[in-house]
Amino acid sequence: MSILLAFIIGGLICVIGQLIMDLTPYNITPGHVLVGYVTMGALISSVGLYQPLVDLAGAGATIPLSGFGHTLAQGVLQAVKSKGLLGVFGGGIEATAVGIAAAVVFGYVMAVIFNPQG
Amino acid sequence: MGANEGSLLDKQFQQVKKQAQQQQYQQMAQSVKPKQTWVKNAVAAFLVGGSITAFAQIIQNIFQSAGLAQKEAGTATLMIMVFLGAFFTGLGIYDNLGKFAGAGSIVPITGFANSIVSPALEFKREGFVYGVAAKMFTIAGPVLVYGFVTSVIIGLIAYFFQ
Repeated sequence: MSILLAFIIGGLICVIGQLIMDLTPYNITPGHVLVGYVTMGALISSVGLYQPLVDLAGAGATIPLSGFGHTLAQGVLQAVKSKGLLGVFGGGIEATAVGIAAAVVFGYVMAVIFNPQG
Repeated sequence: MGANEGSLLDKQFQQVKKQAQQQQYQQMAQSVKPKQTWVKNAVAAFLVGGSITAFAQIIQNIFQSAGLAQKEAGTATLMIMVFLGAFFTGLGIYDNLGKFAGAGSIVPITGFANSIVSPALEFKREGFVYGVAAKMFTIAGPVLVYGFVTSVIIGLIAYFFQ
């Protein structure tokens, strides 16, 4: 059941990005999509509307990049409560540190190991 | 002279007719073609994006049944997905998937990993500092910039208005 919900919600979140790319007159690249998802995810999360989606769909909501924005927003909101002004700057980055470090390290290692195709 | 004018008019008439036909064709093409592709693209994005997140959910379930708390299981799943996204980009498989799946392969965190490895590989011959390491952040850089700025703004608002 949790897998089916993850499939449907995760799929729908991706479809929104595809429709924005196809149906708007602007030239929207993958970079714009990713930046937009992180920013929108953080904003939606900060007003409390993303957590219900995570409770419902699990990885279907956390794996799309809007989930990265959600982690940033929740991290900073919690850190503001416990650490005040220092939390404003550190909270979001602390909460996402594992993901960012993983992306940088794995990304670097793969780029070193493999050679470009074709 | 009269005959020349006649053929000139004839030429102009043919040109106008041709233009009208082209316009008609473009209108027809616009009304038919994009619809079909956007529906097809949306279905492909749904299926591939959904499959990636469903696969992540399976991994998360395994971590949770192994005794990890939900938050930790989520973080561990994120790491696995980042690893897989980077690995399959290295193998050259993920970019081919992207041609078919569009946003379905861009939006999940595997697509973020792809956006790091893909340009890094492409510019590998420019060296390990200005090639690999610098180009890794072609797309990841903007994502982190806007992500961090948004998070600090949210934090400032929460700090001053709570």
